[in-house]
Amino acid sequence: MAAQHDAVPLLGVRGLTKIFGSLTACDHIDLTIAKGEVHALLGENGAGKSTLVKMLFGSLEPHSGDILWNGEPVRITSPGVAKTLGIGMVFQHFSLFEALTAAENIALSLDDGSPISTIAAKARALSYSYGLPLDPDSLVGDLSVGERQRIEIIRCLLQTPQLIILDEPTSVLTPQEANRLFETLERLRSEGKSILYISHRLEEVKRLCDRATVLRHGKVVGHCNPREETASSLARMMVGNEVKAVVREPAEGVETAAVLLEIRKLSRKPATPFSVPLKDIDLDVRAGEVIGIAGVAGNGQGEFFEAISGEVQQPDAASVRIRGKDAGKLSITGRRLLGAAFVPEERLGHGAAPGMKLSENLLLSRHATDARSFLGSGGTIKSAVISGAAQRIIQAMDVRKSAPDPEAASLSGGNLQKFIVGRELDRKPTVMVVNQPTWGVDAGAAAHIRQALIELARSGSAVLVISQDLDELFEISDAIAVMHHGQLSKPLPIAEADFETIGLLMGGAEPGRTEHPLEPA
Amino acid sequence: MDITIAILLTIATAATPLLIAAIGELVVERSGVLNLGVEGMMIMGAVGGFGAGYLTGSAWLGLLAAIAIGALFSLLFAVMTLSLATNQVATGLSLTLLGLGFSGMMGTGFVGLPGQRLPDLYIPGLTTLPVVGEFLFGQDPIFYISIALTAGVAWFLFKTRAGLTLRSIGDSHGSAHALGINVIRYRYMAVIFGGACAGLAGGQLSLVYTPQWVENMSAGRGWIALALVVFASWRPWRVLVGAYIFGAVWIGQLHAQAFGIPVPPQILSSLPYLATIVVLVLISRNKRLTMMNTPASLGQPFVPDR
Repeated sequence: MAAQHDAVPLLGVRGLTKIFGSLTACDHIDLTIAKGEVHALLGENGAGKSTLVKMLFGSLEPHSGDILWNGEPVRITSPGVAKTLGIGMVFQHFSLFEALTAAENIALSLDDGSPISTIAAKARALSYSYGLPLDPDSLVGDLSVGERQRIEIIRCLLQTPQLIILDEPTSVLTPQEANRLFETLERLRSEGKSILYISHRLEEVKRLCDRATVLRHGKVVGHCNPREETASSLARMMVGNEVKAVVREPAEGVETAAVLLEIRKLSRKPATPFSVPLKDIDLDVRAGEVIGIAGVAGNGQGEFFEAISGEVQQPDAASVRIRGKDAGKLSITGRRLLGAAFVPEERLGHGAAPGMKLSENLLLSRHATDARSFLGSGGTIKSAVISGAAQRIIQAMDVRKSAPDPEAASLSGGNLQKFIVGRELDRKPTVMVVNQPTWGVDAGAAAHIRQALIELARSGSAVLVISQDLDELFEISDAIAVMHHGQLSKPLPIAEADFETIGLLMGGAEPGRTEHPLEPA
Repeated sequence: MDITIAILLTIATAATPLLIAAIGELVVERSGVLNLGVEGMMIMGAVGGFGAGYLTGSAWLGLLAAIAIGALFSLLFAVMTLSLATNQVATGLSLTLLGLGFSGMMGTGFVGLPGQRLPDLYIPGLTTLPVVGEFLFGQDPIFYISIALTAGVAWFLFKTRAGLTLRSIGDSHGSAHALGINVIRYRYMAVIFGGACAGLAGGQLSLVYTPQWVENMSAGRGWIALALVVFASWRPWRVLVGAYIFGAVWIGQLHAQAFGIPVPPQILSSLPYLATIVVLVLISRNKRLTMMNTPASLGQPFVPDR
């Protein structure tokens, strides 16, 4: 394999294997990255991408196999060793310290012992030269996700690495921020640096990357040139078979349909010093339609969901109205009894009790709404009925599991999400509110969940979907509203919405204003 | 001697062990480890310090022994919670129980014996200065150590790279590990420093405060030190304020009881606790500042996946 290259590759990986218990997360992975190459690592959630890069960065120890750096075999036993070799990493879940300033965060990863003020000056200069303006004295807890990523990138660049690993860097950015990131990466490539780019967004990979390695179930299923492939051929390699496209029939007569979920002047003070306040949110969701809420993570979507679901109650009862009744002061159960259903973002801990069986989780969420069928007189539990209902949901949503009625925590993220969504859909709720419906769910299951949400709306329910995945929102929504800094824009009908407009709104532009200057502050 | 000066001196002597133990625990907690064994390490320091002082005839050797025994005892906690990742709360509590019991057993032969006392500082010309002389230049050596410790720890935490690293580990050990910081090594050092401080605080009790050995002579001071750290929102100078308020009200209520003020003694004895909590809650009203200073990974065991 190496024979076809004249030059020694910067990084070579041969037969790298990592085993967790009975699961082989990485199975004999082969990979080479040349100098000045942008190499994509493609694969679905759970394909082994993160495990592989953690081994390259020294956070995990390989079970077997070799890593070659400039042709020499190396053992990367810790992130410190990786840094010394010249490997830098920008993490997917940021490894920043919220209570420290940007400069302090950067100083922590540099070993030269120079004073913070010197590091701050260096970071500021470097950040402007790459067009990623950064204030070294700001507290990380106060920064947006995009700004935090800048800190990670600057921190990585200050270590002058030869190879930069980026793990799903655009999943938290607006389309415009992502474009700026691509410009930075192009520039790094022209400086001769190599980049390992992990993503499941195929268009980005086609645009940016010279070569791609595709992983599936821990194995390499192919190396290719992404520019010669189509998005669907890459998707086929990742998933292994065709993914059924989601069908969205146009909604008819929605304008005159009843408003089932009404949000009026919903405001909330920040619950913690680092959380976002909600300001005067107004929104109507009518029977038969799917409304999508877009926005960069951490702009108040979580706080918004809590206020609608009743996890946090509102002082003003009329700020949330479900089927025409004031619900702002009702508990979650009270709102469910009005016909609403909620799927929170966190599956374990909010969506399901991790240590309890699926059937028990079913009872926990529907003990009030289905009391008549699930509970006997005096509060006894009708186990047979509940088990039957659980099996019905498992079949309807195609939940894959190892035991007939396993504990929630033993399911993979995607399968648990299918069960949780299915559990709510099974009630045929008149109002359905979902936060990040397919986060971390594989493509096949995601399509299934999206189709089910559209069908629920078309059968006469009001569906509200909060998501960071713009592709998803464009696939399922009849109108998209954008949340920025705790404020919600007017919903844009899907026919008038495109990535550009929504992206600008996500970046904080006023509706109607097209120009969004991003000059250094 | 002026009566106010005498009272001030007793306040300093009462506050010093709380301050030293709390400063040690502050460093431990800033690294993200919760060691509830302060009381146990303190009493071990007290019995070790008294014993070594009595047997060698040197209070200074007693002091060194107190520090060493405190550090050694905390090493037990460090091995359990850091290397074996046991529950920090349970391990800390058992450390306290073990310390109280073991010190009683070790000390049976020491009860009633006369101990060594560390000599007070005496600088000709300065100590005899009117009004301030005695307080500033005539106290026991541990008083000066406690002030230097507070200043040193404040400087270390907020002005040095190692201090920044320690705080970052307490904020998020996962992120620190991902940056290549040796989380476990830092935590070992922090825990042992905390143990040494608790031992020194115990030594102060049996070598300065009351130079003798009495079972359970730490009398809950370790727990007060723990509470001080939290109420001072993990800031060294606030710990000092808290320790001195506690000491002052403690001495004040003793005098009040002696004067026979018609207030039930139970209420008077609870005053130091109330006053300290009220004052420290008042100074840490800034929620944002408190949040920034709270070690977010406090008490969570760290097990890097390998």
